Amino acid sequence: MESLLHSVQGFIYPDELQLQWSILIVLYPFITGLVAGAFILASLERVFNVEAVKPTYRLALLTALAFMIVAPLPLQLHLGHPERSFEMYLTPHTTSAMAMFGFVYLWYLMAVLVLEIWLDFRKDIVLTARASKGAKRALYRAMALWSDNISERSLRIDDKVGKFITIVGIPSAFLLHGYVGFIFGSVKANPWWSSPLMPVVFIFSAMVSGIALVMLMYQAVNWYRKTAVQMSCLDTIARYLLYAFIIDFSLEMLDLVHRIYEADESFKTLDFMVHTKLYFSQIILQIFVGTLVPIGLLALVQLVSVRERARRIIYGASGVLTLVGIFAMRWNVVIGGQLFSKSLLGYTTYKMGFATREGLLPALILLLLPFAILYLLVKLLPPWPEGDLARKE
Amino acid sequence: MDSDRREFMKIAGAYVVLTGAASLAWNHIVAGEPEKAPGYDLSGHWWAMTIDIDKCIGCGNCVRACKAENGVLLEPDCFRTWVERYHVHPEDPEHPQVDSPNGGYDGFKEKYKPGDGSKNFFVPKMCNHCAHSPCVQVCPVGATFESPDGVVLVDKTYCLGCRYCVQACPYGCRYIDPRTETVDKCSLCYHRITKGLTTACCETCPTGARKLGDLKDPKDPIHDFLKEHMIHVLKPEMATGAKAYYNDLDGSVR
Amino acid sequence: MNGWLKDREHLARMAVIFAGALVLFLVVRAVMVPNGFGTYGHFRSGALKDNASHPLSYAGRQACGDCHDDIVASRKGSKHERIGCEACHGPLSVHADDPDKMKPVLPDAKTICLTCHLENVTKPKSFPQIDPAEHGDGGPCTSCHNPHHPEIS
Repeated sequence: MESLLHSVQGFIYPDELQLQWSILIVLYPFITGLVAGAFILASLERVFNVEAVKPTYRLALLTALAFMIVAPLPLQLHLGHPERSFEMYLTPHTTSAMAMFGFVYLWYLMAVLVLEIWLDFRKDIVLTARASKGAKRALYRAMALWSDNISERSLRIDDKVGKFITIVGIPSAFLLHGYVGFIFGSVKANPWWSSPLMPVVFIFSAMVSGIALVMLMYQAVNWYRKTAVQMSCLDTIARYLLYAFIIDFSLEMLDLVHRIYEADESFKTLDFMVHTKLYFSQIILQIFVGTLVPIGLLALVQLVSVRERARRIIYGASGVLTLVGIFAMRWNVVIGGQLFSKSLLGYTTYKMGFATREGLLPALILLLLPFAILYLLVKLLPPWPEGDLARKE
Repeated sequence: MDSDRREFMKIAGAYVVLTGAASLAWNHIVAGEPEKAPGYDLSGHWWAMTIDIDKCIGCGNCVRACKAENGVLLEPDCFRTWVERYHVHPEDPEHPQVDSPNGGYDGFKEKYKPGDGSKNFFVPKMCNHCAHSPCVQVCPVGATFESPDGVVLVDKTYCLGCRYCVQACPYGCRYIDPRTETVDKCSLCYHRITKGLTTACCETCPTGARKLGDLKDPKDPIHDFLKEHMIHVLKPEMATGAKAYYNDLDGSVR
Repeated sequence: MNGWLKDREHLARMAVIFAGALVLFLVVRAVMVPNGFGTYGHFRSGALKDNASHPLSYAGRQACGDCHDDIVASRKGSKHERIGCEACHGPLSVHADDPDKMKPVLPDAKTICLTCHLENVTKPKSFPQIDPAEHGDGGPCTSCHNPHHPEIS
């Protein structure tokens, strides 16, 4: 507390000394963004029949589910009273963006992701159930809801319903992450957040991060399974990433130019913050390393012919940098929005703990958890084109 | 690092206890209780506060009384009310020098020299008990609310501790009470005003700079005060319906 | 079995699960929503009572005057007439409830007066302020001023 008091620059309202939203709240938009982005990529194949990205369809869906399961955990961990969080379902306040999130989350998780995955994997589930014994059989039978019907007609119906769900799912994905942007963008008290562009920027940055994640996962999975990467697939994903990134960056620059040109009462305060406390995370990490460099790399592949091996390295590098950049963007929104005083006369400092409830350690665990869940999901529902390996035993 | 770990364990332990305690607390909440204080007409009042900058001497009585009356932690970042000192060069109102050492709890040691051409004054701050409170708007569960008599209150047994309201308040009037892990703020001494008393800060203000007023009471002197002075609220551009009315508030005040 | 339903039966099973979950949610919600929620607005009406039942620390000048009417009279017409007693004497609701339970401590006349009257450029010019090095003889203020009626006639 004492050291925090000494780190205050200028004047802040006394109650503003400590940041209320920690790194965990940085994770939450980062993770939901990955979910929404991965789903939107998967939907391309389904709705717009983009054949080239087909090899990533199921992987993208499972990735989205794995991250979706983890998405509310940082929120829960951050609450002063996690045991009261169900009140959001009991007495949701309709004027609160946060209250509606509970319902949007449930809708997206259950009505979109779980249903779509179930329909898509139902054939595999039934076949696995038929080919197994004992507990495993019981598990897969339960997952198939004790139905054994995988007739041509039933699968065709599944496909139709699945397509319908995907079509509903795309606006849902936009809603899910646009909503997260709205939670910040609608806070009129905070000039760093308050912007109608916020939900749009969040949606496009979500697409960018989700596409980058699936691109990386696809390479990693093929490397791990020692199978060949389909370059046409990778090239297509990289191209989409570039397009989404250009829109995302343009929107962010629009916001920036608008702020600089209008230079309203908050501008000097925010400008000073960007050039000092946020310089590394905003200018260096987010804009330069995390946006300009990957955009440049991805554009390079489009402009000159690059050999396959080099392309794979470029895609890998730009994917990692993209994720770093989007994480930095979430950080700059959430943490940056709390470093300056609402009096616009001073600044406080964010002191992150390590093994504390809202420290770095739980944040890292929460970032790795989706991969563990994805590992289990992949064991349960192998997304590979050749189907369940166990079935061939 | 070691203390970090210890704190982690402490919190983990607290959680185990909390879940048990939560079920007990929940029974209390679900049971519900008669809400009316005896002899108090909930619909007969509309509370507001007037603050006269010309009268504030920065003694800190209000800050101390508030903490004593409401059991507010003596930490330097837990205030339901606090006092700011402004030092403004008249030609540069956009860059006032402001401080509020320990919220004004210990008074203000002389800091500026007389006769340097500056404008100096104290500004007491507190919850504005807004009629269109952004904090109430964002609360996901209805744990903070505008009471029918015009006071923004917190339901401590229902608050999740999500801190969205802290972010939404333009005036920095909310903080998290580390003892309860719920939000805390000025209650306009609801336990006093419903008994016909004034708030602790008004009771102890030696110059009458702060005055509680009831806008629904036609005989309340607040009506004359609002009529006879140049009145301003904080950050009017936020359109929060703030009900802390300031007399002679300088344009430099944020 | 009905031919239309035959290949949609698994979907029907899923729909039943969703419908069941929805009904369960509505039932749980109906049971769990606290009493009195929504009576006066989107909050638990009992919270008004919770807030109103906080104990008092400051009794208020009315309570002081009920017993100490002599002091009230002595303050008549003075500049200090309208100052709340507890502004200087501290929170005394315990004393007001039962005078034997707690006796107020007399404020230190050397510091309590300066809380307000110490010179400070930020204070309004019209407010009486002193520099203790120049004003008086260094003794307690009460040797010249009566705190309940400070004017020296």
